[in-house]
Amino acid sequence: MNERRNSFLAAPYLVWSIGFILIPLIYILYFAFTDASGTFTIGNVSAIISYVNIRALMLSILFSIASTFICLLLAYPLCLILTTVTSSSSAFLSLIFILPMWMNSLLRTFAWQNILERKGVINGILLFLHLPPLYIINKPPAILLGMVYDFLPFMVLPIYNSVSRIDKDLINAGRDLGADYFQILKGIIWPLSLPGVISGITMVFVPSLTTFVISDILGGGKILLIGNVIEQLFTQDSDWNAGAGLSAILMIFIVFSMIITAKYDREDIS
Amino acid sequence: MANKLIDLQHITKSYGGNVVLDDLCLYVRENEFLTLLGPSGCGKTTTLRIIGGFETPDSGRVMFENRDISSLPPNKREVNTVFQKYALFPHMTIAENIAFGLKIRKKSASYIKDKIKYALKLVNLDGFEDRMPDSLSGGQQQRIAIARAIVNEPKVLLLDEPLGALDLKLRQDMQYELISLKNELGITFIYVTHDQEEALTMSDTIVVMNQGYIQQIGSPVDIYNEPENAFVADFIGDSNILPGIMIRDELVEILGAKFDCVDKGFGENNPVDVVIRPEDIDLLGEGEGIIDGVVTDTIFKGVHYEMCVMSRGFEFIVHSTDYYPVDSKVGISVHPFDIQIMNKPESEDEKAVEINE
Amino acid sequence: MKSFFGKMYLTLVLIFLYAPIATLMILSFNQSKSRSHWGGFTLEWYTGLFENEEIMAAFRTTIILAFLSALIATILGTAACTGMQFMKKRERSFIMGITNIPMLNADIVTGVSLMLLFIASRVSMGFSTVLLSHITFNIPYVILSVMPRYRELNRSTYEAALDLGAEPVYAFFRVVLPDLMSAVLSGFLMSFTMSLDDFIITHFTQGPGFDTLSTKIYSEVKKGINPEVYALSTIMFLTVLVLLFFVNYKPWGKQPTGQIKVMTKREVIVSSSGRGGRL
Repeated sequence: MNERRNSFLAAPYLVWSIGFILIPLIYILYFAFTDASGTFTIGNVSAIISYVNIRALMLSILFSIASTFICLLLAYPLCLILTTVTSSSSAFLSLIFILPMWMNSLLRTFAWQNILERKGVINGILLFLHLPPLYIINKPPAILLGMVYDFLPFMVLPIYNSVSRIDKDLINAGRDLGADYFQILKGIIWPLSLPGVISGITMVFVPSLTTFVISDILGGGKILLIGNVIEQLFTQDSDWNAGAGLSAILMIFIVFSMIITAKYDREDIS
Repeated sequence: MANKLIDLQHITKSYGGNVVLDDLCLYVRENEFLTLLGPSGCGKTTTLRIIGGFETPDSGRVMFENRDISSLPPNKREVNTVFQKYALFPHMTIAENIAFGLKIRKKSASYIKDKIKYALKLVNLDGFEDRMPDSLSGGQQQRIAIARAIVNEPKVLLLDEPLGALDLKLRQDMQYELISLKNELGITFIYVTHDQEEALTMSDTIVVMNQGYIQQIGSPVDIYNEPENAFVADFIGDSNILPGIMIRDELVEILGAKFDCVDKGFGENNPVDVVIRPEDIDLLGEGEGIIDGVVTDTIFKGVHYEMCVMSRGFEFIVHSTDYYPVDSKVGISVHPFDIQIMNKPESEDEKAVEINE
Repeated sequence: MKSFFGKMYLTLVLIFLYAPIATLMILSFNQSKSRSHWGGFTLEWYTGLFENEEIMAAFRTTIILAFLSALIATILGTAACTGMQFMKKRERSFIMGITNIPMLNADIVTGVSLMLLFIASRVSMGFSTVLLSHITFNIPYVILSVMPRYRELNRSTYEAALDLGAEPVYAFFRVVLPDLMSAVLSGFLMSFTMSLDDFIITHFTQGPGFDTLSTKIYSEVKKGINPEVYALSTIMFLTVLVLLFFVNYKPWGKQPTGQIKVMTKREVIVSSSGRGGRL
């Protein structure tokens, strides 16, 4: 089709995306490098090295590495099981992982308070089994659990997609050539599922790094992640320049993970 | 068959620096069955799309009944296309598909109804009005695509490899149906294919194309018997193409032996290409032919045997109903009028004729 | 044996995923307002829900917001996809590049960036700023849903329509759009869901006195959530469940040309990138 003029149909969106996607990001940089009076400063960005901020950032990174790692550890065997155990209805299975998202995510996270609290569901069960109770609510493990819970589907879906796309004959060929299950897993399935693993990792890492909701709800407001610091700067202190400064730091991590995703995307094509 | 119905004048088309058609000139007469034949990427489909209005040539003009229609959009042209993968509208019934063009032309309901009935009868699918396209087989979908195109009474029907997706038996049946359809309708067909058998069976005129150039235009018999260059010879049917030297008129030297032929005007002692069809080679006893050879391979093909005969370092393909076992020594003989002499490609343009498959 | 452990593992993960949902559903029938003990079965939260003007107002806002933002995003996004079909590859990849930004960006950064835009342009924040923000993060879902469908689309049906005499606009609405419809619809549904569930971006772009269900829940987390909210969420969840069942397992009539898929944010990225790259 050579009716080039029809491309004007994309113009409204192009204008919209520049106005509401690109320019807002530029505003973050603008606010990050100015003070309230509009003069240039690097104070907002360098504020990251203050004790409170660097601690929050380091904590966030630790949390997101841990939650990404646990999600991967849980999701990968799960995806292997999903592809082998059930040949019948994979659509149904992926639906099962999506369905929970149809309940308000704040409420679902909040429900973990009930399950985890001192006299909650888990401790009820533990008590019944004469096991020592678990006091993790408002402590780091609860936050970690919340992250794993909220973001596990983001790890499962891409890995499942890439594992289920592997041609069964490749595995048969591997077996035919004498490989046992673990050799097939290591030599065939894992390398072929790597693009899914990478996108799963970035999809869990970024929201884990930047969340303020999970730490708020399950951390009892005592544990400050970098997301909480930024949120408070914006909504409580109304110090937009300082908030933008820290957001700019976050953007570095996000851009980095975007680059990784894009790189693996391209390799996936070729 | 007098008038030039469609006249393509000096058409050039390229995509991103890649020249697909280079100064193509071609006319189509009224009521002609013209086939554009060539390997993929030869520009045949682009030529068809330019006639249909889906592509605009970079330069040159498309004349239709002596009017310039180069910039006319497809919906204003008096031609209709049968697409390669049928392109039936999946969400409409067969009747709605066929009625599509008629409704746009604001024909009356009764006219449309009659037309649908007539068209379905014509393609032997009476009673299919209310079926959905995806419930039909490939062959049936193809007929509906044809029916949908012809109810609009186009002056020219463009067919883009319409049989490509069908299996062999169905393809052969459809060839006969297309011929009788064309006779019934009395309109011009422009047909694109890479299948030389389809082209030879159905066409009045074949246009052999390669790399954006027309290699030869002629009747099926001309194209088959008198290919103008090595590309055409190789593309149409199996053939033995050998280098030779034209000693003088009606005498050519091949593999060091002198063969009589009927061609003239190639000069004296000029290098040429020689085409000999496999079925035109007569195998005789050793020493009884012009040159001798050894059978290296024999395959039974049903109607004939296909044999490879090695002679003086060249491997001939021979089709014969006589059986010669492997390793038997044979004599090779060719009737003078079965030897086809062609010029060697010389100019830059003619390089394209070199076999590139 | 292997398959036994497999099923057990699967079951454990499912319990993990659904435990909070079950908890919420049970709490919606709990007579006691305290979360921590069971005070007997009641339906009072379900009946009281409809008289709670605050919750109902937040619910209405949420639905109107989701519907409007999804509708506008669907129109803009579908038009954009159509326009992009006529573009050169480089122009198209540029636009798709921008489109990927809100998908891969952290919600907090997107929210903050929009907030700064509104602050800098001195717009007072309220329904309209939230609507603009929701449209912004919804359009990519529409595009990433419709764009792959365009790639699968048999382009010759459009050409066939032109060939049979249709004007391009007529051909689009009569032939192309019906083919795209399932993708457009799933784009709309995804947008609707995203908007419905969004908290973070709404949180940064809302003004005083404005509440969606999410922001209402967030503000109540510390002082204790009204059990009527559990009741409402249970109703919404079950409604979606029933709707999904009917959309995907239509027991009557013809199969739709393409299955309407409801996907989440990340799944869209996966499936769009999985299909051989995003243009």
